[in-house]
Order: sequence, then C-alpha cells, then structure tokens
Amino acid sequence: MTALRKGLFRTFDHTRSRSRLPWFCVGLGLVLASISLVACQGKADLAIGAAEVKDVVVEPETKSNQLVIYSGRKESLVRPVIDQFRQATGIDVEVRYGGTAELAGVLLEEGENSPADVFYAQDPGGLGAIQAAGHLVQLPANILEIAPERFASPEGDWVGISGRARTVVYNTETITDPAMQLPEDLWGFTAPEWKGRLGWAPSNGSFQAMITGMRALWSEERTHEWLQGVQANEPVLFESNTPIVAAVGAGEIDVGLVNHYYLYRFLSEEGQDFAARNYFLPGGGPGSLVMVSGAGILKSAANQENAQAFIEFLLSAPAQQYFAAQTFEYPLVDSVSTVTGLTPLAELEGQAADIALTQLADLTGTQELLLDLGIID
Amino acid sequence: MNLRNNQYIEAQDVTRPLPRLPRSVRRRIRSATSSSHLIMVAAAALVTGLILLVPYYLVVRSLNAGQAAVATMVSLRTLHLLGNTVLLAAAVTLGATALAVPLAWLTIATDLPGRRLWSILVALPLIFPSYVAAYIYASTFSPKGLLQQLLSPLIGLDRIPDFYGFPGAFFVLTLITYPYILLTVRGAFRHLDPSLVEAARNLGLTPWQAFWRVTLPHLRPAIIAGALLVALYVFRDFGAVTTLQYNTFTRIIYNRYLSYRLDMAALFASILVILTIVILLLEQRSRGRGRYSRLSAGCQRRPQPASLGRWKVPALIYTAAVVTVALAVPLATLLYWLWRGWKNQQVVSGFGTMSDNLTSLTSLLEPAWHSVSASFLAALLTILLALPVTILVVRRPGRLSRLFEQVAYAGFALPGIVIALALVFFGINVVPSLYQTLPMLLAAYVILFIPQAIGAERASLLQLSPTLEEAGRSLGRHPLAVLRRITLPLIRPGLVTGALLVFLTAMKELPATLILSPLGFNTLAAQIWSNIGEAFFARAALPTLLLLLLSSIPLTWLTLRDTHE
Repeated sequence: MTALRKGLFRTFDHTRSRSRLPWFCVGLGLVLASISLVACQGKADLAIGAAEVKDVVVEPETKSNQLVIYSGRKESLVRPVIDQFRQATGIDVEVRYGGTAELAGVLLEEGENSPADVFYAQDPGGLGAIQAAGHLVQLPANILEIAPERFASPEGDWVGISGRARTVVYNTETITDPAMQLPEDLWGFTAPEWKGRLGWAPSNGSFQAMITGMRALWSEERTHEWLQGVQANEPVLFESNTPIVAAVGAGEIDVGLVNHYYLYRFLSEEGQDFAARNYFLPGGGPGSLVMVSGAGILKSAANQENAQAFIEFLLSAPAQQYFAAQTFEYPLVDSVSTVTGLTPLAELEGQAADIALTQLADLTGTQELLLDLGIID
Repeated sequence: MNLRNNQYIEAQDVTRPLPRLPRSVRRRIRSATSSSHLIMVAAAALVTGLILLVPYYLVVRSLNAGQAAVATMVSLRTLHLLGNTVLLAAAVTLGATALAVPLAWLTIATDLPGRRLWSILVALPLIFPSYVAAYIYASTFSPKGLLQQLLSPLIGLDRIPDFYGFPGAFFVLTLITYPYILLTVRGAFRHLDPSLVEAARNLGLTPWQAFWRVTLPHLRPAIIAGALLVALYVFRDFGAVTTLQYNTFTRIIYNRYLSYRLDMAALFASILVILTIVILLLEQRSRGRGRYSRLSAGCQRRPQPASLGRWKVPALIYTAAVVTVALAVPLATLLYWLWRGWKNQQVVSGFGTMSDNLTSLTSLLEPAWHSVSASFLAALLTILLALPVTILVVRRPGRLSRLFEQVAYAGFALPGIVIALALVFFGINVVPSLYQTLPMLLAAYVILFIPQAIGAERASLLQLSPTLEEAGRSLGRHPLAVLRRITLPLIRPGLVTGALLVFLTAMKELPATLILSPLGFNTLAAQIWSNIGEAFFARAALPTLLLLLLSSIPLTWLTLRDTHE
C-alpha cells in the first residue's frame, strides 16, 4: 500500500500534468476558434492568425468580379494561363484542381448548387458526363465562332481548347529505323513479333477515346479483333502515359501507345539523349487520332460573363501560343502555329479524317468492350 | 488529506469491506459517474454519427444502380480482385509487422548506437504518398531502372527481374506502412513496466525468452492496432498498386468513377465497408480478456536499455538497411531528379522561368503553411474526438462500444475519393454554408484518420490500470476531472502517437484535400501530384523534400523530448 501511494505520487511527478494541460487547452481552443471563425464566415480562406477573411457570398445582381474554375487539367499545365487571365482582367479567379473524372463526379453530386462557373476538362469524356446530366449552358455564338467546329460539342455547350494526338513512342536504341521497323498502322501491332514489346494504358481516358475512334473508323468487329490480337501479345500494362514514355526511354519496352506531348517533357528534363521519340504511323486512322481538352460553363454559374471571358481568353492567341510552346500541345486556332518538329495538325487530320466528336461520344460502349475482354476491371 | 486517507486505507484488512461513505457522497459519485458516462456515450454517438454519413451516402447512391447492376457486380472478376486485395493486405501486414517490431524494440529499449537518430529516421517513410513512393521505386527497381544501370557494369545484367505486379506492390506498401506498427508499438513500449521483464529474467528466462513470453504479449494490443491500420491502408490504396500494375479492388471502384458511374462506384465501395467490418469483428473477437495494465502501481522508472552485446553490429546493419531502402533510396532519387532538372535548365520550382526560380521558391511557402496548419488541426481534433470512443471501448466493453468502434473504422478502408464525395453530397445538400470550408476538410480528415487515433489511444489506455481512475473518483473528483487530471496525462504516449500518425497522414492526403478544401487552398501533396502526373520530375522533387522536412520536425521534437525525460 505504501507502494501504491508512492506510485501514485510518482506518476504525477513524472507526467508533469500541470505543465502540459495548458498546452492541450490552448490547442483545443485554437481548433474551436478557427472552426467557429471559418464557420461563421461561410466560405473563407484559411487564414489562422492573419484573419484575412474574404467575403465570397455570391450576389448575382451586381457585376461580379469573381470566377470559380474546376480544372481537370493539372496546375503544372494551366496555371500560367490562368495567372495571365487574372492579370489581364483583374478578375478574382479561384481554381479547384483535381482529376477530370473526380471533378466530374463532384459536379454531378453538386448539381444545381455547384459553386463552379467553368469546368475545364482534360478530355471530352468528363464534359460529356456533365452535359448528359444537363448542367452545361449553351455557349454564345462569338465563342463558338473562334473554336473550330470539329472540336466543339455538336450541341454547342462546350468547346475544345487545345489538342493532342495519339502516337507511338519508340525506343531509339532497339528501333533505329522507325519507317522500316514500325508497322503502317495500329493493326500491325497484332503481329506476333510484338509479343511483350508494347506498353499501353487501357484505363486511361485518351486510350479509351482512341478505341472509341477505332470503333467508328474500323467497325466494331475489327476493333474487337485488334484488342484481342494485341492482348494475345501480352502488352505491358500501365496506368497512364507518363510511365509508358519513361519505360520506353529506359528500354524496358520497345513501343508504347501514348499521347504525343509527354515525350517533350522528358526531353526537356532528361536531355536530348533520352532514348525515345514519337512516330506518327503513316497509315493514320485511330493511331493518330486528335483529341482535345475542353471547357464549358455550368448552368449554376453565378459569374456567367466572367466565365465566357475566360473561355474566350483560352481561345485567344496568347493562350494558344502558350499551349503550343510550353505544353507542346496543338493549338486549335488557325492563327497560331504548332511548335517546330511536330507533324502539323492539318496533316494528321487528313489521316484521321472524317471523325466527328459525336463519334467519340460512346465511351460507355468502349468501356463495356474493354470489360468484356478482361482488359480493364 | 490524501496522506491521511491512504493511511486509513492501509490499516484496513483487505478482505473486509471499506467503511461506507455517507449516503450523500455516494449518490454524488454515482450520479457524476453515470452523467459522465452519458456524456461519453453522447460524444461517441456524435462522432460516429458523422462517420455514418459515409455508409449512408453509399446506400443512397447504390440504390440508384438498380438490380441489373447487382447482377454484374457478382462476378468471378470481382471475386478475383477482392482476393488480390486480401492477399496483398495479409502479406503486407505480416511483412510490416516483421519489419517494425524489431525496429521499435531496437530504437527504444536497447543500447543501439545513435538510437535517437535512428528512431526518427525509421518513422519517416510513412510520409511518402503511396503513388510517389511507387513511382520512385518503380524507376529504381524496374527491369532497366537506376539499379540495373548501376549494376550492369559490375555483373553485366541486361535486365533485372520484373518488379511490377505483386512483388512490387508488396515491397512498396510494406515500406511505407510499417511505421504505423512501429509508432503504435513504440507508444506501448514507453508504458511497459521494466520490472516485468526484470522479474522474468530473475526467474531464469534468457533475454530472448523474456521478450517472447513477457514483452511481446504485452505489446499485442499495440501490434494488432498497427497491423489493422496497415491492412486497411492496403485495402484503400490506389496510387501504389496501379503504378506497380497490380490490380486490386480499388481498381474496380476507380474505373467506375472514370466512367462517371457514381452509383456503381458506391455499390462496390460498400463491399469494402462490409469487408472492413468483418475484419474488425474478427479482431474484436481475438482480443480475449487479457489485461495489460499493472495491478499495483508498479515500477515507474525508465527501463534500463537492454545491452545488445555482440548483436550490436547485426542490429546496426539491420536498422541501417531498412533506413537505406525505405528512406535513403527515395531521397537519393528525389535529389537526382532535382539535379538533373537543374542541369538541363529546367524550372525546379513553381511555374515561372529559370530566371525567377528563386522567387518561385517562395511559392512553396503558402502550400507548406496550408499543409502544416490543416494537418495540425486535424491531428488535434482527431485525437480529441477519438477519446470518447476509445474510453468506452476499453472501460465499458459491450455491444454498444463495439458498435461505435466498428462504425469508427468504417471509412478507413475506403479510397479518399469516396469519403470526399460523401461529404460533397452531405455538404451541398445539408450544410451549404460549410461546403468547401476548412471545417468540412477537417471533418473529412477525422473520418479518414480516426482509426489511427483510436488504435494508438486504445493501446495506451489498456496499459493504464482503472484503479488509478477509481482512486481519483473515490477521492471525490468528478469523473471528467479525473479524465483530465489522471487519464489524459497518463495515456500521453498514446495521444502523442495518435496525433503524430494523423498529422503525418494528413500531410500527404490528396483526394479529399483536392475536393473539399477551401478554394485556392493549395497543399504540398497537391503540388507533388500535379507535377509527377505530368512528368515534371524536377518540380515534384522540391515539394516532396519539403514535405519530408516539415514532417520530420514534430517527429524529431517528440522523439528528443521523450528520450530526455
């Protein structure tokens, strides 16, 4: 029992409960204070201490100086353009970055209460899902006039902003003469010589768009056969384009089916001796399909005018030049030319001709096909 | 007063009942106890109510899917992927336990040279977001990766064996999850009465036998708590398994989002919730009736570090090997990216050109502040909200307490995107004024991370004898005062471990942060993701290094404090 008493007292001595408790209370107070601060202010920036609380209560009657963008394109790609727009117009632009599919999911959940004005998506699929749910407005004629019709939604509720092409990336050490060693078109990759040498990313949106294009250009049966043929060659599976290009550069695989612009990032980061280059298959077809990123305005947008100004800006020469020079994409406006060394869009378009965006709409059909064949889960 | 009371008790024959306290005092104690119990139950109900929003959302969404969807759900493919998930989770849990328990012991209870430094370093791999770790290891260990390039001049290997698939996923997930077990076990070690092991040694056990028969059984709740966290982390991981090309169940869920089928995604996600509850039921059953607290006050001095003797060198090699593979390799890769980018005139930070590289370095300050402040608040809030559930589970075991615990774990096996969408659904429809504000983000963190706090607190509370709390109450303190004055200070190692786990994981959290944070609330994890995904490796390196640095500060501080005491 003496031990108990001693133990008790020692325990207290050791834990110094008195000195810690104030800290705990301060922390707790801090939590509660900041929560109540932010809660009272509705939407506010985090500014603990600085108390720099902005009033974001939307008042549609007055001319707003706000714009909220949900960007499915990564900050590393589009932030400079958005910064330029902010500087040029003085509009207070706020951006939520995320994956295109995730943000589309958020927009679908938010419905009519969405705080977003513009949805800027990496691929038409995300815009299509929002459009199908009836959340996009009809764009004004002046915007639809600038953007090429071929790269806008037929209903006129979203427009393409920048383009990228499907291509084949090959390892320059194993494939020294691409014109000789690479096939005429994608069909060639069903030949047994490509066993284990090809990388693809079937769950990737761009790949699925390519398959949708293939179904339209080649017919369902032939697409089915092609998928089975390539599948029989045991292609190496990737999650996205970036690791495919990395694996081709390292020589783990000889060729990969990717979008054209990833290669340029590797070249600028790892130097010109990075052992991979792009090759546009001369047979064209779905193998060099051109796809777009796009933007649309939400019906619930509180800042319709600013949203329109933003989309106009994305289609203006400075922004299109940025995409051409900095992200190595295809500008979609005629007055801006592509970066040197890139097969011109007109040439590619000739090859993948006659495929309208409406024909790329049936993403669900493609996914079902890939599911049936066990290519995706 | 205390002294006198104690003397009085001391004089009593233990078999004879204590003299009854006056009726009014007894009534006061009873009513205070039951009212405090009610407060605990109410608090726990509030916390679990918040978490229940997630299953509620899943049910609402799943109902949209229709019966045909249920038919497509039950397929061989689904079972196969579920099997993959369970297999990987089991393997990683075993691997991480085997890795972590010796490390915890070496860094806290032995005379390992430099153990204070080691004890910081071995916990750090936890902070790597899984997709970053996967990407780094894939680029190092892939058939023609960095390792092969280093080895080929020596042994002329043209290609090293394939790293992708199960081996890679197992390897990477083990390395980034073992700190869960390490930290919970270390918390328990701090509480372990050294006299237990000494008694065992006096009774003739070798150190090895004493470890197996005395130390290990006492660490069991902590090991299991950590192991559970690891298993559930594997369940919900998406980044590592996809980068390493091993398909698990999250793949199905994610593909449903990619095809904009929120209903199907919810349906599949519910399977993960059910699986989690099954696992938790098994774990709750396996707990048995063991007691982990000492009956008497026991011995309160610091344990003597065990002497490693001739095992010092092997122990050092083991610790150094783990730190090399789990920390130094990714660190070296990051520095290499940075250097390579610098060499090729790339912008290594921010979004400007080379000339304003330095100014753009400061562009990382804001994301860093956001990451740290939000994670800090999340850590405090989570350990606080975990308390009522933990106390009920440990002190009042029963059906209700078990239910609270099951609900608390429900969200932990779900990918962050599912939790985020559940809160979008709730926020936009019920509390629009809170939508996409900091409290909403913190709520998501609590739902995501509360099991980490419960696990750590539970392991600590089990080691605290209820007699101390009873003594406090019998001396007339209100139970809530007892909680504040006795329980909380004495389970501090558990609270600290819980807070640390939540802080470190909130720092790297991505999907919920992207969706639920206030507009313009940029974090380091978002910066890393934005750059790696688009192959801007040099730019990704700097925020990752900063994340590592900022995470190591609280870790260092706590480690140093604990070893000083």
